[in-house]
Amino acid sequence: MSKNAVDTEHRPVSRQELTRRQWIWKEMKRNKVAYLMAGPFMVLFFVFTILPVALSAVFSLTDFNMLQVPHWMGLSNYIRLFTQDEVFLKACKNTLIFASVTGPVSYMMSLMIAWFINELPPKIRAVITLVFYAPSISGNVYLIWSTLFSGDAYGWANAWLMKLGFIDSPILWFQTEKYVMPLCIVVALWTSLGTSFLAFIAGLQGIDHSQFEAGAVDGIKTRWQELWYITLPNMRPQLMFGAVLSITNSFGFGGIVTALCGFPSVNYAGHTIMHCLDDYGGQRFEVGYASAIAVVLFLIMIVCNQVIKKALSKVGE
Amino acid sequence: MAAENVKYKKLRVRGHRVVLNRGAGGDIGITIVLAIFGLFMFLPMYYVVIQAFKPLDELFMFPPRFYVISPTLDNFKDLFTLMSDSWVPFSRYIFNTVFITACGTAGNLLLASMTAYALSKMRFPGRDIMFKLIVTSLMFHSTVNQVTNFIIISALGWLDTYLAIIIPALASTMGLYLMKQFMETNVPDTVLESARLDGASEFRIYWTIAMPMVKPAWLTLIIETFRGLWASGASVYIHSEQLKTFNYAIGQILSGGIVRSGAGAASTVIMMAVPIIIFIINQSKIIETMGSSGMKD
Repeated sequence: MSKNAVDTEHRPVSRQELTRRQWIWKEMKRNKVAYLMAGPFMVLFFVFTILPVALSAVFSLTDFNMLQVPHWMGLSNYIRLFTQDEVFLKACKNTLIFASVTGPVSYMMSLMIAWFINELPPKIRAVITLVFYAPSISGNVYLIWSTLFSGDAYGWANAWLMKLGFIDSPILWFQTEKYVMPLCIVVALWTSLGTSFLAFIAGLQGIDHSQFEAGAVDGIKTRWQELWYITLPNMRPQLMFGAVLSITNSFGFGGIVTALCGFPSVNYAGHTIMHCLDDYGGQRFEVGYASAIAVVLFLIMIVCNQVIKKALSKVGE
Repeated sequence: MAAENVKYKKLRVRGHRVVLNRGAGGDIGITIVLAIFGLFMFLPMYYVVIQAFKPLDELFMFPPRFYVISPTLDNFKDLFTLMSDSWVPFSRYIFNTVFITACGTAGNLLLASMTAYALSKMRFPGRDIMFKLIVTSLMFHSTVNQVTNFIIISALGWLDTYLAIIIPALASTMGLYLMKQFMETNVPDTVLESARLDGASEFRIYWTIAMPMVKPAWLTLIIETFRGLWASGASVYIHSEQLKTFNYAIGQILSGGIVRSGAGAASTVIMMAVPIIIFIINQSKIIETMGSSGMKD
């Protein structure tokens, strides 16, 4: 073998000489350890998050009920949902009302409070952060609202309304149709200053102070202008993250309604898509039909997220 | 000249820093709004604590008061008496909650941090799609999956075991997402590169270099996973009384009617105290982690 002959076995391979598939295979072999590291998590993630969504999509086209051999039904589950199921349609309406109030309001509240406390001294800021954040991490402490608004005269709301003479007999707050939605929205808002709130606080802290000074020199006159032109564009990534969490949470508050009003709530006043899902999936075992509900809820959440993403990329422009 | 002077005067300077545009009106307005929202958030929490220290006659006083006349620890004593009377020893409920929370949180920390390291510090085919799937999973609520998850878990034969609660919790994505973002900004590639040149294996780099650098993210992941598991109550997967959680047991006490409302209030205080204390201790670390939580479009 001459000195200059190329050792075809071991010479470095350039990407051009390989087909795309060979290149990917080579890269995969080179990074074996990465798959080993991500593997265990990704397998569990696949089994408990991706697979259920995929299975729901398939089940929703059948009449699977966990007992009999499922039959192919095409889209008839969806047609039944939107044309015959009045409870579902009411739940859709409730869910959208709930989400369109709690989502934006909790988002604005988180952002506003994070912004308000941003310039306070760190110690005071830490205390205020705790006051606002505590309800969201305290598990089911929101049950206190059923004490405050309990149906007898010992409930705080009833007691004061009676003492001041607005009402003669106690109101059954969580059992009266017209109060169910507003009260549950208030309680949901009370628990909603969670992770996105912390993300906003951190995002505000991370903005370079010299930008504000430059803004002041360049003629920004009020803090509101500063907010719109400097602060918000600087924390756009946090705004995006917060929005995703707010949307997800605003569709997932069904547990609060069940805990406060019972299941089903009076005259389905607080019935949401999640409750429909519980009803058909957990109690009647109509898995096919429940899957169709799950798919609808899934699509609503994903579409909402995409729309909000588009809107947020316009902030500060 | 004069006009320029006027312009210059508007910039207030204090201690070499430009004083930002803050009107007094805005300050007052903001303080008022903060106070209103603060009371809305704080009063119910305060009321929970106050209730736990009220003797029974004060719990049912008309009208209810926001202060205690003669504070007492009787409610906590009642709670412990009730605990010792229950059919399954109460320590079992506490053990279940602690066991589930500890295993789930530790496992999630290990698996998610390894994945976060691979996703943020290694380039391999399929990485971007993995991360996209994880971000998408943050966009929908897990209840969407509850029906099919029940089928999967029963197919695995995990019904009525700890596994049904612990294993799915290992794959929760919120902590992973925060950790990955934090690693991306806080672990410099140059350090890892020089360790690689020195011949350290990726596992070693992950464990001895990357992990110690992201301690704030650990704490954040821990509290994210912890608070979900800690509050887990009655589950569709668990039927045996011996496997049920502390939170479920508290629900049972609360449903015991008026005589138990004192003990109920006491148990709520105990339940909420744990996550709040953990948050207070770690607040600055958690906020630090959130600094890199942003999502790019």
